[in-house]
Amino acid sequence: MEYIIIFISAIFVNNIVLAKFLGICPFIGVSSRLETSVGMTGAVAFVMVIATIVTYLIQYYILKPLSIGFMQTITFILVIAALVQLVEIILKKVSPALYQALGIYLPLITTNCAVLGVAILTIQNGYNLPEAAVFSFATAIGFGLALVLLSSMRESLDLVDIPKGMKGIPVAFIIAGILSMAFMGFAGLV
Amino acid sequence: MNQWNNFSKGIFKENAVFVQVLGMCPTLGVTTSAYNGLGMGLATTFVLLMSNIVVSMVKGFIPDKVRIPAYIVIIASFVTIVELIMQAFVPVLFDELGLFIPLIVVNCLVLGRSEAFASKNNVLSSAVDGLGMGLGFTLALFMLGSIRELLGSGAWLGIKFIHGDGMLLFILAPGAFIALAYLIAIMNRVNRRNA
Repeated sequence: MEYIIIFISAIFVNNIVLAKFLGICPFIGVSSRLETSVGMTGAVAFVMVIATIVTYLIQYYILKPLSIGFMQTITFILVIAALVQLVEIILKKVSPALYQALGIYLPLITTNCAVLGVAILTIQNGYNLPEAAVFSFATAIGFGLALVLLSSMRESLDLVDIPKGMKGIPVAFIIAGILSMAFMGFAGLV
Repeated sequence: MNQWNNFSKGIFKENAVFVQVLGMCPTLGVTTSAYNGLGMGLATTFVLLMSNIVVSMVKGFIPDKVRIPAYIVIIASFVTIVELIMQAFVPVLFDELGLFIPLIVVNCLVLGRSEAFASKNNVLSSAVDGLGMGLGFTLALFMLGSIRELLGSGAWLGIKFIHGDGMLLFILAPGAFIALAYLIAIMNRVNRRNA
């Protein structure tokens, strides 16, 4: 039951993009085409789950016993950067097809604040390891949901006549605002 | 390029938020009040200034292939310093900004300036560039924070102008997106007229 609550709340109630404002850069940057946002979601989900589990283990088995919690930021970002590289290399060898699909999005993930954000949030919320895995996976799905929703709307916006100054990024933000308003309706869910 | 142009481009012509649309997460996340926006802006400015200076000093020693991880380590060190300082001296602000302070590490603006400017220019220009970009970012956050605070709670920098609540929407998540959308649209308009 607990896992279901974590799952639902991470996707809908506390949606990482629309309620927590993490991962806005890829949200606005790659959301002009549906295809790219699906690719991005796959890459993010992949890295986010692995990164959260690895940083979780580092926090509780290295940083905490040595009481060097203040090194959290540096350690986590380095782990994520290294992990992204590693995933890229392994993927290239093991599954060239998947690498073809996700390849260009992988380097961008290092600077995706959602990945580091989820790693830190997991520690702050005091989840245990299975909870952390569920939380990170659900967060990635929430990210994907927001991205796919926005990109499908932006695709149809290309055909609409909107004021010149609002074209592109401003109108994307307005849609994001309305989406975020809609997602607030889920607040009573859990 | 003279230093004044170098400084002012970060505030107007290449403003990080309004023109380049970088560093959106903290821009939207912390600007529930003008004070928070100001605090976040200044913290980022410090990191930007220091990392620009250090990156431009060590640019000759870092092999090209590992430069991005090296920059990230430099940036993360300064973020940790800011984190510890803020925790010690402004604990209330620290709690309110919360997650977004460690996330300065992944602010694309900071890494972007290291990569695009500090790695190619001398120490003085990099420092001036970092300061200008940082203050431009601070200005944008302060403006957005002021607008959201005024509309959302009818106050500015904690001084109340009306009784009761304002339009609560602007304090909540959707208001951040909508307020920023209109600000960027207005800036687009102003920039086009000047160009």
